[in-house]
Amino acid sequence: MNALFSKVITVLDTEPYRLVVWVVAIVSFVALNAAYLVWVERKGAGRFQRRPGPTEVGPAGLLQPVADGLKLMSKQLLVPAGADSMLFRGAPLLVMAPVLMSLAVIPFGRGLAAVNLNVGLLMVFALGPINLMAIMFGAWSSRNKYAVMSAARVVSQNVAYEIPMLLVVTTIAMVSGTMDLNQIVEQQSGAFWHWNLFRVWVNPLMPVTFLIFYICMLAETNRAPFDMVEAESELVAGAYTEYAGMGFGVFFMAEYANIVLGCSLATVLFLGGWQSPFSFMPGVTWFLIKMYFLIFSVVWIRWTFPRTQFYGLLNLSWKILIPVSLFTLILSAAMIKMLRAPS
Amino acid sequence: MIVSEPISRSVAGSAPNETFVLNLGPQHPATHGVLRVKMTMDGEYVVRAEPVCGYIHRMQEKMGENRTYAQYLPNTSRIDYLSAMNYTHGLVGVVERAARIQVPPRAEYIRVITSELNRISSHLVWWGAFLLDLGGFTPLLYAFDDREMILDLLEGITGARLTYCYYRFGGLYNDVDETFLKGARRFVAHMRPRLKMYRALVTENVILRKRLIGIGPISAEMCRKYGATGPVIRGSGVSYDVRRAEPYSVYPELDFDIPAYPEGDSMARYLVRMDEMAQSLRIIEQALDKLPGGPVMAEKVPRVLKLPAGDYCYAVEAARGRFMVRVVSDNKEIAYRLKLRTPCLSNLSLFEEASQGMLLADALALLGSLDLVIPDIDR
Repeated sequence: MNALFSKVITVLDTEPYRLVVWVVAIVSFVALNAAYLVWVERKGAGRFQRRPGPTEVGPAGLLQPVADGLKLMSKQLLVPAGADSMLFRGAPLLVMAPVLMSLAVIPFGRGLAAVNLNVGLLMVFALGPINLMAIMFGAWSSRNKYAVMSAARVVSQNVAYEIPMLLVVTTIAMVSGTMDLNQIVEQQSGAFWHWNLFRVWVNPLMPVTFLIFYICMLAETNRAPFDMVEAESELVAGAYTEYAGMGFGVFFMAEYANIVLGCSLATVLFLGGWQSPFSFMPGVTWFLIKMYFLIFSVVWIRWTFPRTQFYGLLNLSWKILIPVSLFTLILSAAMIKMLRAPS
Repeated sequence: MIVSEPISRSVAGSAPNETFVLNLGPQHPATHGVLRVKMTMDGEYVVRAEPVCGYIHRMQEKMGENRTYAQYLPNTSRIDYLSAMNYTHGLVGVVERAARIQVPPRAEYIRVITSELNRISSHLVWWGAFLLDLGGFTPLLYAFDDREMILDLLEGITGARLTYCYYRFGGLYNDVDETFLKGARRFVAHMRPRLKMYRALVTENVILRKRLIGIGPISAEMCRKYGATGPVIRGSGVSYDVRRAEPYSVYPELDFDIPAYPEGDSMARYLVRMDEMAQSLRIIEQALDKLPGGPVMAEKVPRVLKLPAGDYCYAVEAARGRFMVRVVSDNKEIAYRLKLRTPCLSNLSLFEEASQGMLLADALALLGSLDLVIPDIDR
């Protein structure tokens, strides 16, 4: 039995089978997370608001995402008159693809990544902006005034937050000396003060760097308090105003998939990935614990804070985050130059 | 909402061609009702915001002119459904003044208690809805949690949760019981720490302050020009309150402050309402302490009410400002002319001038800070 099992594992680890296994694994991981994060969000919102949240469909409302999905799928896919049909229909597909591709390089455990790319970090950030482009296409092609305003907001918001995000990530790449996500995690082994978040001897501003990364991640995933894309009290449903049925559903799922990606990245870059904080039993469990803790904090923030004003959001990025992240970049460059012996 | 063709010059008027018209409403999440604001926008900036009223016009004034005062009484709860008690007070007040009916003191005190409870519940709805406009969803649920206590109390004595119609010409529909009095005291004790919590959690929040301070300034002159009253004018530094300016009921016997903030921005209006809730709690507590015994209905109220010929006015401070009923009587059972002066119409009319050149999100924050109830605008 054991021999058979190990044989199956060996076969699955060879190239064509490995690919299939990973594609299925990532797609189902994203789909399950997207569906059940909606449930987590609704339950969480309920608890924050002193109400039970969904209870009716299934035990503790656990079948609610299924019911929601079925409802969305049974609806007609409306394309408004005067909309650019191809872009309008294509945008939901385009919004989901980059997230799935980016997750291929995320190491969930030691050696547990679909692709061991030595420029994994670069790939994630190369694919990231496609998601925003898709939202813009969808909004612009639906020929709705609210959606067009939202599209303009999406672009300026994401451009503003892409810069500090990349500066912060460059700091990490410089400190680690690699863009391989596996190696970045490997370097953070040991107790929790070896995590990038607490490595103040490499750069005293490391916690600030994490904070900037976290804020940028909220803004890039268009989450509250930076949810300018939807801004339901101003722009009705923003970019998604004209989307019906599963077209809207895919945008909605992509939002959660992006949160999963963002929180995984934060875990990998700052919280030591699969490393255990007490240097025992490292593995995928710790990765998931850290990731879901970050996801919970995202939900927590959404239901606590009001939405920022649009120019306030841009001011925060251009006047505070970019200068500070530039400073940390320069500081860590200087510290590397001074402290590390030339090789 | 489909942009079918470029906006022609005739539609946009003299504005340059880059502007476009955005129809905010009659169904829009930020207008809280069927208010339509025709916005001429230049990108995200508001060039001109023109409120279009009338989507929920129900001829309240005309109805007042073809039915008796008693038949018209339930209508008053439906003008501003969030402060029904105050509005009923306006109509019973004018009839009592015209017919010279002396209201027993117990009834007056209970009127004050219920009116102030109603004011708090109205402000709580505004608070939750305003935060909803600003993108914070959770405060609404907390506000409704507190409001539920008030609604339960008022339901216990009136049988209704929103449109109470509790006051009668000469007194009240019925007396309050011990449950209500105890419940009102419990509510006051419950609400004070809650207001503190709201202050710590919401008012001091940096995002909220950034969104409100300095946004949508309204000068006292502009308020006077458009006849804005209530928290709007008090947020512009004028401590005008009908309860002080034209005292009615037993308000002169009670000790309370009129909160006013001179800044005139959305934050000032926000703070005025938050402070007013605390003041209303003070009023309720005092009125409960002073509550005299005795009947709650005047003895000699004629079954068929004919107001002597003349022109009568009675104003009350409703949750949104000065509500006045004017009755012109020609000594018949039915008013010759009944005019309702509602605060929301005046408060809305300054929006066009005040919102010029603002960003859309700020303009909506300003609209929310005016605390509009749409049936009160259209009547």
